[in-house]
Amino acid sequence: MSQSYDIKLRIAYRYDHPAGSHRTLLRILPRSIEGQQQLLYGQVTTDPPPDFRLDDVDFFGNPMTEVTHEGRLSEIDFLFEGRVLRRTPRDGLDLSCALSDLPRAVAQIQSIRAPSPHHFLGPSPRLRHESEIAAFARCCTRPGMSALEAVEAVSHALNDLFDFDSSATEVTTTPIEAFRARRGVCQDISHVMISALREIGVPAGYVSGFLRTLPPEGQPRLEGADAMHAWVRAWCGPDAGWVEFDPTNAIRVGLDHVTVGFGRDYSDVAPSKGSLRSEGGHETRHMVDVVPIEAKLTA
Amino acid sequence: MNKVGTPDALMRFLQGYESLPGVADELKRPDGTLRPVWDPLIRYLASKSPEQLARSFARGDQYLHDTGVYFRQYSGDESTMRDWPLSHVPVIIGQDEWDGLAEGIAQRAELLEKVMADLYGDGELVRDGFLPADLIAQNPEWLRPVVGIKPRSGHYLHFLAFEIGRSPDGSWFVLGDRAQAPSGSGFALENRMATSRVFHDLFPKSNVERLATFFRVFRDAMVGLKGGDGGRVAILTPGQHTDTYYEHAYIARYLGFLLLECEDLKVQDGQLSVRTIAGPEPVSVLWRRLDSRFADPLELDETSALGTPGMVSALRSGAMDLVNCLGSGVLEARALMAFLPRICEHLMGAPLKMSNIATWWCGQDHERAYVLENLERMMIGSAQSTKLPFDIDRTTALGGKFRGEARGPIEDWIAREGKSLVGQEAVTLSTTPAMIDGKLKPRPMVVRVFATRTPDGWAVMPGGYARIGRDGDPTALAMQAGGSVADVWVMSDKAIHADTLTSTASGPLLRRQPGLLPARAADNLFWLGRYAERAEGAVRVLRAWHLRLEEHGTRNVPLVSALGDFLTTFGHDIEDPVPVMLLGHFDASVVCASKVRDRFSTDGWNALNDLSETARKLAAKVTHGDDAARAMTVLLRKTAGFSGLVHDNMFRFLGWRFLTLGRALERADHIAAVLAVLADEATPPGGLDAAVEIGDSVMTHRRRYTIETSRETVIDMLALDRENPRSLLYQIDILREEEEQIADATAQPRMGEATRRILMLQTMLAVSTSGQISSRRLNRIRRELAGISEALTAQYLS
Repeated sequence: MSQSYDIKLRIAYRYDHPAGSHRTLLRILPRSIEGQQQLLYGQVTTDPPPDFRLDDVDFFGNPMTEVTHEGRLSEIDFLFEGRVLRRTPRDGLDLSCALSDLPRAVAQIQSIRAPSPHHFLGPSPRLRHESEIAAFARCCTRPGMSALEAVEAVSHALNDLFDFDSSATEVTTTPIEAFRARRGVCQDISHVMISALREIGVPAGYVSGFLRTLPPEGQPRLEGADAMHAWVRAWCGPDAGWVEFDPTNAIRVGLDHVTVGFGRDYSDVAPSKGSLRSEGGHETRHMVDVVPIEAKLTA
Repeated sequence: MNKVGTPDALMRFLQGYESLPGVADELKRPDGTLRPVWDPLIRYLASKSPEQLARSFARGDQYLHDTGVYFRQYSGDESTMRDWPLSHVPVIIGQDEWDGLAEGIAQRAELLEKVMADLYGDGELVRDGFLPADLIAQNPEWLRPVVGIKPRSGHYLHFLAFEIGRSPDGSWFVLGDRAQAPSGSGFALENRMATSRVFHDLFPKSNVERLATFFRVFRDAMVGLKGGDGGRVAILTPGQHTDTYYEHAYIARYLGFLLLECEDLKVQDGQLSVRTIAGPEPVSVLWRRLDSRFADPLELDETSALGTPGMVSALRSGAMDLVNCLGSGVLEARALMAFLPRICEHLMGAPLKMSNIATWWCGQDHERAYVLENLERMMIGSAQSTKLPFDIDRTTALGGKFRGEARGPIEDWIAREGKSLVGQEAVTLSTTPAMIDGKLKPRPMVVRVFATRTPDGWAVMPGGYARIGRDGDPTALAMQAGGSVADVWVMSDKAIHADTLTSTASGPLLRRQPGLLPARAADNLFWLGRYAERAEGAVRVLRAWHLRLEEHGTRNVPLVSALGDFLTTFGHDIEDPVPVMLLGHFDASVVCASKVRDRFSTDGWNALNDLSETARKLAAKVTHGDDAARAMTVLLRKTAGFSGLVHDNMFRFLGWRFLTLGRALERADHIAAVLAVLADEATPPGGLDAAVEIGDSVMTHRRRYTIETSRETVIDMLALDRENPRSLLYQIDILREEEEQIADATAQPRMGEATRRILMLQTMLAVSTSGQISSRRLNRIRRELAGISEALTAQYLS
């Protein structure tokens, strides 16, 4: 099965005082992933247009756009608009290896290139070792489980534990703060899940992307559809490879999700990172629109 | 041969110098005889009386003090500066031995280059099993955004340091590789300068290899990296708060390179530029003294407050070279040393010429077992740590025991966290003589040696930066804290041709191009001028106030009260005889000067610090009235000394002009403020005389006007007299002249805002009569001066 979406994203910055020398790194162009999704068309633009622009691909293969605005501005918009074709991921048999065999399976992979699971173990810029999260992870898994069962178990346990609350946290909230508060948004829940999985030896990474805004008829609306979404990918052994879970909604990632990029944690895939010279504060708003194209195109 | 010192005298001198059994000693052979390279120095030392030696040593210390070499130490949040801990006796190594050592260093440097190229290139060392993948993937200094970038010059590494020691069998080994941003070469140079002064009559005759040749080769290599593009070569420092800032400033001056902080830099259109007073200027080679991780908050550590956004992008676009390339810190991880011997054979086709400290990574079954079996002679610590084996932290185990709080059996720890741990052989270092209480004593040492890439391969500095342990304990532990540093003499059999940095075909040194003044440096010089003058102005008013307080014995006299109010308006709490605000002005000047130490004379720096310290000392003891007035006189005298150094001795480069602008602006404001109160129609009795006194023009006034002070004479002399260096108009004339020079040098296309406002103010004052300069007018002039300051800032300083 497959499904196409027309997607619009607008990230709007408003400054209290006009700010100059903006440099912004954008990761908002959905990547194409073989067998999983394809960017049919689309582009990243800014309003006003940039003074300098460079499009490139980062270490993990995510498209990134670097733009600068030299003059003093009180507002800038960053936009993506385009169409993405999404395919159902294979999720039939559990091909994952036993949780206890995972360390050996990882060790056998002699690679530091992007797809290697080695990047997704241990601490990363926003995720440190937290013994409370480690204890939680060991608590909700058993050594006899397959890697896939373990990931599923952690995902469900977190979904039960957390209340989705978009007012409880900010983009800078640490996973342990959110974990203790048991509240947060997709970014927090995903960060906690990644930490938990790494603690039990499962290589895990952060995926940023979109959810369809309106659910198919008769189904409930998913949490997190009004902004960019985040979920988790976990490496479950050489045969199963990378498997994606959405702990915010306690589901396997499927046709309703569109990947933008992935990395070790949020810092690798932040949709916009910027620097500028200014005196005052600023305000950011994200606006997302994910509209499914009728089945005629993709039947 | 030196005839001084009979064998008996030598024996007496060396009495008590007992090298330890099983430990190599630099001075003595295992059989107790003296190594020949030391002979001239030991004879020299033995021939001197203790008093003569003390005088010689003091000469070196004086040099270090005069040049302002200090050592910044961090303990907790506090940082303190202490005297440079020079051990006056150098370490001496023979030329033949050194040549062999240098070959080992050059080989290792090239090996590190190849490892770096692989880790940021195809990753074959991991693929082919020479390095474990997780060791690299978990290294916080392996910077993924740099993977795939090929440096413009074709090379990643250009300047390296190695910490080496001598093992009991006499061979040298490497304790640590320094590839991130190696420090110490400038300190080595300072140690040489000081030590050559200590032995000023021995050193020139000794065949000691000179260091200047190495620095010349390094400088030429840096300049060569430009490859003909028009950009500059600069040194990037994290700033004055880093413990090696002194060295950065020193070496920038020595080599004639710009010293920049991240704030000075900007990436525009893929090009790295320095913000100067004349706009952005391209930089094409940057000697990076800042850790890579912090260099770019956009692509690297997002929490870095030091970085230049876009630095990685500029590197990727190939518009510049970094010395060393970003990401070179990955080479410093301790665990790497477990694998380098095998990698060397693989990549270089030969074994390591100089071994490194034996290291076992506990992430491998066999190695872990070995470490567990030999816990007694192991130091066990973090695998990714870049610290040297003797920089022990709380989570280090030594000889089977934890250094910090107990954490259960070491065996469990290793089994649990093996991948993040290494075992390193607990080493024994060689000892070298240090003068302790008038006697030579053996002390353990390590030496940091330096290598630079040249078009003809790696060049190794003949000498180095030795660190000497605090006590006799020859294990690496003694090197941790305290201790001292020493020069390293590489002694040749042949006469040495004295070299200096300037005797070279590559042209004269230190020809800075005018206009290339970083905006931040100009800003600091401008504010240095302002704060120093603000302090002086306050001291003058304070003295006038204290004198009158003494004279009248009460504050309830109109003039005393008017002066007190004046001080209060400017934020001075006059309950303190020397108000805190005044100390603040001195401190602020020191802070500004400390940020431009590479452009500011050492004498000026010392004078300024002396002023600040004196003010603090006086503040602690003086009382209101005469006592405080005398203290202010002391401060004024010292201020005059500082001004003299700055204004008579400093070269008239552009930075000086900003300093002068700042001073003139502040002085103009001060005079206007004083006149607005003391030359007002309603000035209290004696106010006019006080104004003349504060304006330092008592003699002039007396000579010029035979009559009593009147409002007209005071305004005429202090506001409108172009010949009086304290007058308002005189300051505006200076503003006009200096700003014009700056505008010319920075090729301003048309008359700027600052020029226009200065010109208008100058004209207004030039055509005014003293009757027209009312207090209201003076206050308007003060507002106009603030506007000029803002215009100058907008045009040149941001």
